[in-house]
Amino acid sequence: MREFGAFVKKEFYHILRDRRTMLIVLVMPVVLIVLFGFALSTEVRNVDIAILSPSPDPTVRQIADRLDASEYFTVTRWLDTPARIDEAMKSGEVQLVVAFGQHFSGGMFSPDGVQMQMIVDASDANMAQSYTSYASGIIAAFAGEMAGAGGPQGILSQVQFLYNPQMKSAYNFVPGIMGLIMMLICAMMTSISIVREKETGTMEVLLVSPVRPIYIVVSKMVPYFVLSCINLATILLLSVFVLDVPVAGSLAALWLVSLIYIIANLSLGLLISTMARQQVIALMFSGLLLMMPTMLLSGMIFPIESMPWPLRGISCLLPARWYITAVRKLMIQGLPMLFAWKETVILASMAVVLIGASLKKLNNRLE
Amino acid sequence: MPAVSVDNITKRYGKTVALDGVSFEVEKGELFGIIGPDGAGKTTLFRIIATLILADGGTATVDGFDVVRDYKELRKRIGYMPGRFSLYQDLTVEENLAFFAAVFGTTIRENYRLVEGIYKFLEPFRKRRAGKLSGGMKQKLALCCALIHKPDILYLDEPTTGVDPVSRKEFWEMLGKLQQEGITIVVSTPYMDEANLCDRIALIKGGRFLQIDTPRNIRQSFSVPLWAIRSDRMHRLLDDVRTFPGVTNCYAFGENHHFTTGDGFDAEGLCRHLRQRGHGDLLLLPAEATIEDGYMLLAGQ
Repeated sequence: MREFGAFVKKEFYHILRDRRTMLIVLVMPVVLIVLFGFALSTEVRNVDIAILSPSPDPTVRQIADRLDASEYFTVTRWLDTPARIDEAMKSGEVQLVVAFGQHFSGGMFSPDGVQMQMIVDASDANMAQSYTSYASGIIAAFAGEMAGAGGPQGILSQVQFLYNPQMKSAYNFVPGIMGLIMMLICAMMTSISIVREKETGTMEVLLVSPVRPIYIVVSKMVPYFVLSCINLATILLLSVFVLDVPVAGSLAALWLVSLIYIIANLSLGLLISTMARQQVIALMFSGLLLMMPTMLLSGMIFPIESMPWPLRGISCLLPARWYITAVRKLMIQGLPMLFAWKETVILASMAVVLIGASLKKLNNRLE
Repeated sequence: MPAVSVDNITKRYGKTVALDGVSFEVEKGELFGIIGPDGAGKTTLFRIIATLILADGGTATVDGFDVVRDYKELRKRIGYMPGRFSLYQDLTVEENLAFFAAVFGTTIRENYRLVEGIYKFLEPFRKRRAGKLSGGMKQKLALCCALIHKPDILYLDEPTTGVDPVSRKEFWEMLGKLQQEGITIVVSTPYMDEANLCDRIALIKGGRFLQIDTPRNIRQSFSVPLWAIRSDRMHRLLDDVRTFPGVTNCYAFGENHHFTTGDGFDAEGLCRHLRQRGHGDLLLLPAEATIEDGYMLLAGQ
């Protein structure tokens, strides 16, 4: 036991003295959360738009003011002919053009109503959808007010956002980031740190000692386990207090699932380290074979339901997929532990299989 | 019972034969040297008798324990210092030593007496990171770490490679002291001058032992005439001597070239020949054989 203590102490020395790595490990979740939360947000905010109106029209002016007053849009240009729409879009000055016909105000009072058009830059299809929805919403509200005031009969469609009225992307990515960070730190860092000892030759000296190899590798897991717990706490605090994504369900259940997930990833790192001889290989393994599939196939970015079956099959093998699903249930939807039992059991069995496999592969000798 | 007994050990890496039927015995308390160039199989041999890798054929016992079957028992008794500096560069001198003591279930204080002579050099730097030590200091620290559990047998794989001459000398003095403590030492080196400091040496080349004997016997058993030669054009001299009739082998040796001769060699003829070829300041003397000459002779056969 004293041997084990010495090993753990040594690992902490390594981590604490490698300031750069430690900084990355501790700051990475914060940066990711802030990046996804603010910079990479899919929320609509201050989008530049143009208004096309062939002739001055008071109603058009009112609608434009409404759009401009909202936090979503800024009217930056006025166009007087449809011929200029293309140029305005291509120059990238505006993402959306709201086009009105001649005599718009007059048309509003006709029995047939009046039409307007929205031209949107759909190179980013999702964002285009959001822009038009938001703009329609604002215009619909305006039209509703006018109708209420005994004004025109013109009918415009009305859009309503249910469940997530602010369309907050944080609800979606917080579980994903938790899955990703934990995987990076546990699987990648553990495997690299074990392989490093092989590469620098210290493993040779350790193996000639009476210490059982299992102690050597398990002692590697302890510090990364602690680091992951710190990261988990950081992410949860940030998401609750900065992103306003509350932990809707039981915090204890969330931690339980997270700990199982951490252990599964530590064992994965251990397994990688038993196979790789060089740090580069370990990095490739965990970087390319783990991180890429996890980002793309775990449901973090793209919904699993819309993947073709081979990719769905692969996603089932990723611990992150089950973890992210469980976190969505426990944290976002606020369901009790009972509803995440399937994911928990799958994660636990993955951990058991991975530990078993790596212990079997763990060698008492150099080769 | 010998401390180390190796019988017909073979090891292959793919098509390369690293060890080709090596056999030898090391007596208890002996300082045994394995002498040979890089790639001769020294490290592979160490790893096999240190229980780190398995041989393809043959058996080896250390202290009467089989290196394959009884590896757990052996790992308590072996001290091993690999060829590369294999300590933690980001840990201080003291932390490294304390860690290795703990790994072997002991403490620095318990076995301090054994490492005291070496550690006193390191004491002033004990708060310094191992990575910031000089080459000689690193080797001393590595030796301390390999000794801290009071092993019965110590393996040192090229301990003085890349170490300055003064530190090398100090290092070998320490080995002498450790031997007096009753520790069996197996050491490898590419430096022939260090070979003379061993009780017995094995000359290794291409995975085979050429000869195992005391350094003195190896020097004395040198059976052919040996000469030292020097001129003002050393590089061309090597080729010119090699092509002269009766010369069997010629190689650079310090500031001279050494060469061996067979039947029909004419020393005066060689001098005349070389002067004709434009060599000046010519000096030709009979030389006394060293370990290196012995190695060159055996390796050439």
